[in-house]
Amino acid sequence: MMEMVNVIIDGQRLEVPKTATVLEAVNKAGIKIPTLCYHPELRPEGACRVCVVEVEGARSLVASCVYPVNEGMVVKTNTAAVREARRMVVELLLANHPKDCFTCARNLNCELQTIAADLGLRDIRFEGARKSIPIDNNNPSLVREQEKCILCGRCIRACSERQGVHVYSFVHRGFNTNVAPAFEVGLDKAPCTYCGQCAAVCPTAAIVEKDDTKGVWAAISDPNKHVVVQTAPAVRVALGEALGMGPGSIVTGKMVAALRDLGFDKVFDTDFTADLTILEEGHEFINRLNNRGKLPMITSCSPGWVNFIEIMYPDLLEHLSTAKSPQQMFGALAKTYYAEKCGIKPENIVSVAVMPCTAKKAEAAREEMDSTGTGQDVDFVITTRELARMIKEAGIDFNRIQAEEYDAPLGISTGAGVIFGATGGVMEAALRTVAEVVTGKELECIDFHAVRGMNGVKEAEVPVGDLTVKVAVAHTLANARILMDKIRSGQADYHFIEVMACPGGCIGGGGQPYSTCGDIRQKRINSIYECDQCSSLRKSHQNPAINELYDTWLGKPNGEKAHHLLHTHYHPQKRG
Amino acid sequence: MSKEQTNQCCCGGSKEQFTELDKVLAKYEGQKGALIPVLQEAQHIYGYLSQEVITRVGEKLAIPTSQIYGVATFYSQFHLKPRGRNIVRVCQGTACHVRGAKAILAALEDNLKISAGGTTPDLKFTLETVACIGACGLAPVLMVNDDTHGRLTPEAIPGILAKYE
Repeated sequence: MMEMVNVIIDGQRLEVPKTATVLEAVNKAGIKIPTLCYHPELRPEGACRVCVVEVEGARSLVASCVYPVNEGMVVKTNTAAVREARRMVVELLLANHPKDCFTCARNLNCELQTIAADLGLRDIRFEGARKSIPIDNNNPSLVREQEKCILCGRCIRACSERQGVHVYSFVHRGFNTNVAPAFEVGLDKAPCTYCGQCAAVCPTAAIVEKDDTKGVWAAISDPNKHVVVQTAPAVRVALGEALGMGPGSIVTGKMVAALRDLGFDKVFDTDFTADLTILEEGHEFINRLNNRGKLPMITSCSPGWVNFIEIMYPDLLEHLSTAKSPQQMFGALAKTYYAEKCGIKPENIVSVAVMPCTAKKAEAAREEMDSTGTGQDVDFVITTRELARMIKEAGIDFNRIQAEEYDAPLGISTGAGVIFGATGGVMEAALRTVAEVVTGKELECIDFHAVRGMNGVKEAEVPVGDLTVKVAVAHTLANARILMDKIRSGQADYHFIEVMACPGGCIGGGGQPYSTCGDIRQKRINSIYECDQCSSLRKSHQNPAINELYDTWLGKPNGEKAHHLLHTHYHPQKRG
Repeated sequence: MSKEQTNQCCCGGSKEQFTELDKVLAKYEGQKGALIPVLQEAQHIYGYLSQEVITRVGEKLAIPTSQIYGVATFYSQFHLKPRGRNIVRVCQGTACHVRGAKAILAALEDNLKISAGGTTPDLKFTLETVACIGACGLAPVLMVNDDTHGRLTPEAIPGILAKYE
């Protein structure tokens, strides 16, 4: 049993675990303390001091996020000294912070701004030197504006603890302290996977997604362009949060309607090509099993993960499925299959993807992702956050808008496609199809609970015909590293591995609405499985639009045309 | 390709320096808290910490280069650029200041054609300012390596610099 201690917080008596911090105890008492460097899922640092409280008997105010409780502790969270200290901390931060809130990417969505507002700051007593650091925007995914950095270190911890990538560190000292990759290079030269988890935890606009909304608006306004949009599975269960709805709200139909109102000519679904990915990847897996191909085969849908293996484990690239991600399969089909079907020249089609992900921007920009020779298969990738901004800019009342359906045929999908948005989903979707294709028999139960859930690394043994298929699923790159080290040292006897770069899978992606944490991720995941449960078709190989695509145009899975359009290759990246 | 060229990274220095660095790394491999002594010894070998040296140290000690770079830029004892064979430290402390240290620094910058913190392209001199070297009686004062030169005038500077190779 957990050992408990008694504490008194603002006169309120309560029992908390002996290992709790004062901040945790205060939160349990239902009292809110401002925090900046603290993040519930990262190791506490005690750097910003905005969470100070009075502890009876302590010599000075203490940072509640790192101060442990003890028996009989008396805490006061709202005294004159505490309020003055907090104001001082925030004023000092603001003295070295740009005053461009109006035009800032995090305007009305900034933790620093919120705290300044909550504390009722009306002027800043301090004027002084301001740091001046060039903006880092030489990559397709992320923009770092270090003048807006408050040195909370959350990005450093997210990248190191959660992702095991270690791009950032505090560099230099004193007033010149800054957060930067080794040798202060841009992210394009650092071992950055563009997963965007740093941007997801940044309290200010020091790290944000690269804004691609201007290009999308321009395409929509161009009468000569036919603009199609695809929406990733994870967007529909998170977009609502950025538009005033509760976490996990399923807004698929409203989102489709809003996209039409924004002016997209066709609204399609990445779930369609998620189903297609299952057909291609599933058959690739069966081929590898039957023909002694490289095993374990590893999924390749998550571009943060693909960057990670290309940078950190280039010796293991042969394990990656050659199947393109659903985003890129969609892009390739939009400018070939769809273009032919509608009689529109590929150069007149602008293909836009709405993704929960910042790495998808870099994936779309990869040189090899040009199937027609007329430009990138996916012209623009915008994140869930960017779509929310466009909806607001257009004045669409998201709460009142009526749900609409996706366009056919690239908007037709199954439940197997939608679960791509959650950790374990690609594996589950693949198992549903692989098991039936191999045995020719219908599965009795298609819910593979062993690969669902929030455990960092999940393992399962699944009977497929005579064979027991051993699978593993990892989310976050730190967990992926565990599996990769096992493969490298020859200790992995898996057949099939799924990796998603972000916590909880795409629903916890770096482009999702702020502030993503464990229970919000869980709600989004629950909604993803609810979407699956409500689907009339739940296996990718039952998707009629996919079957028509193969029958009338593509040939068979892993066939020549499919190979040319839907598969890709990987290359080691030497960075940092 | 000659044997010399096929030899992998020398971390920007000679083969001997590289061998020495590897000895240091072997000595500390697997040891916790070894980073600062390793960086000190590496700097002793190369005179400064190049990108290649930091990367090599990271590989061998299994520490991310970002963290090593953070440590190396935190402490003023570590240098990330090549340094001159002779280190000129010109005092800007209170006593030296009132006796004309600014003009001494200006004369040094003029003669060496670099500013404080810089190194001459021939790597002969590195010029640094210090806050006090504890020889206020000799103000204004400077040190070149371990030699102290006091009661300076700007005119004396060329003669002092000429003594060093």
